[in-house]
Amino acid sequence: MSSNWFVSMAYFVAAVVFILGLKAMSSPVTARRGIVWAGFAMVGATVVTFFMPGLHNVGLIVTAIVLGGGVAWWSGKTVKMTDMPQMVAIYNGMGGGAAAAIAAVELVRGAPHDGITATLMALGAIIGAVAFSGSCVAFAKLQGIMKKAIRLKAQNNVNFFLALATFGVGLTVSYSSQASGFEVFLFFALALALGTVLVMPIGGADMPVVISLLNAFTGLAVGFEGFVLGNPALIVAGIVVGASGTLLTQLMAKAMNRPIKNIIFTPLTGAAAEGEGGAIEGSMKEFSALDAASVMRYASKVIIVPGYGMAVAGAQHKVWEMAQLLEEGGVEVVFAIHPVAGRMPGHMNVLLAEAGVPYDKIFDLEEINADFPQADVALVIGANDVVNPVARTDKTSPIYGMPILNVDMAQNVIVVKRGKGAGYSGIENALFYKDNCRMLYGSAQQAIGEVITHVKALEA
Amino acid sequence: MEGFAALYIFMLAAFAGYEVISRVPVILHTPLMSGSNFVHGVVLIGAMVALGHADPEDPMQLVIGFFAVFLGAANAAGGYIVTERMLAMFKSGGRKEGDAK
Repeated sequence: MSSNWFVSMAYFVAAVVFILGLKAMSSPVTARRGIVWAGFAMVGATVVTFFMPGLHNVGLIVTAIVLGGGVAWWSGKTVKMTDMPQMVAIYNGMGGGAAAAIAAVELVRGAPHDGITATLMALGAIIGAVAFSGSCVAFAKLQGIMKKAIRLKAQNNVNFFLALATFGVGLTVSYSSQASGFEVFLFFALALALGTVLVMPIGGADMPVVISLLNAFTGLAVGFEGFVLGNPALIVAGIVVGASGTLLTQLMAKAMNRPIKNIIFTPLTGAAAEGEGGAIEGSMKEFSALDAASVMRYASKVIIVPGYGMAVAGAQHKVWEMAQLLEEGGVEVVFAIHPVAGRMPGHMNVLLAEAGVPYDKIFDLEEINADFPQADVALVIGANDVVNPVARTDKTSPIYGMPILNVDMAQNVIVVKRGKGAGYSGIENALFYKDNCRMLYGSAQQAIGEVITHVKALEA
Repeated sequence: MEGFAALYIFMLAAFAGYEVISRVPVILHTPLMSGSNFVHGVVLIGAMVALGHADPEDPMQLVIGFFAVFLGAANAAGGYIVTERMLAMFKSGGRKEGDAK
């Protein structure tokens, strides 16, 4: 009994520290401290669990922790910062899978449960399994293993009936204490299929919101299974994440002006965008690296708008080097980041931080948009849809209404771009045809490299 | 656990989660998503309990339980390391490198 009290007390402390840790993570100054606290709480809670009375299979538990933890630790340590979103997706999926597997163990054990417990167990299992398979699909998409958004005919009907079947089988299985192995298997097969089918048609720019939503799902699943196991630490941590994840998802969806239900039920795909939107007048005008260097060197204010293209090219270090050079020459240089730049909100901030850009030089959409008319140069590197003015002007465009960075209002716009094609979402960009816009073709790495050389030459 | 007590815990935890996050600047959204991803790694403890109470004679329970602990541990470890790496890079221009804490 006393060791049980000890374990419960430790879980209580862990739950408090998790919440404090999350709170600390909400400010850049204390964020680092927050994750370290939460880390200690996790280790503590894990260790005391071994002291729980009546715990068997200790050898297996230790082996599984060492294997799972080891693989994840190693992959997390070595992953590149640009690939971070899919790692978050896959770790999240694993958490969902773990919650579903807990329900599976309970179902196979066939222990009788009352109505509420059986319902929450089934819900947790479904949500967890959906998070698992959905995150695997998200991972495959972001990693480039799965290239196209696959949309079934009558997708929404398929979703609906699959969900109905999953819930039906799930509740039947969890209410009966004598479910056969086949029924349990069928239940999980259906739930996993549901997650796959839900995420499969979602592509491109909507991915960050989906990852965040699946993160909230896993939180809920963990909370529900915590109820089944009678473990308040799981309930508190799971539901806190479920609620905060839902809020975060809403914030992201709002930043993109894409209601969550649209993201899931009417995905934005290249095919839908083709042929829509009015014809764009004008032509693209090319610029050389030397032109770009002199325009920026003699500007008084330059706003750099980095996009995912810059990060893929690994050019953030070069860009920061160029920014520092310009600053030495007395040019004011700041960075403007769209909420969905990169593949998750804030992803671009992480990538710039990695290159050494201080966070007080980086501004959000709302902070910076009023400054563009006063800027001499807006330098767009590898960003496309988030600077496309049709979002303000063309009602027929699929991205109409999405808040954008108003780079077209700057005196000069320089766009660094690999080639002439359309962006990630396949939508033509009216910015490129504007009179004040010049195109600097080439990979970000090489183009900025040349600009740096020319800026240095101007200096001498 | 009492059904209604648990319902209250659900409700209060949901409010806590909502409040804790509501004042987060955009630049921290990704680390925060990753951080909350780490926090639900507490599922590891549930998985340990599930495997720990599984019937040692039933390989089916053991396999699924092992899978649960494996996944839970990966969620916790991966979530931690990725979040920590991201947050370690944030620093402000006003300070020297290294003393950003």
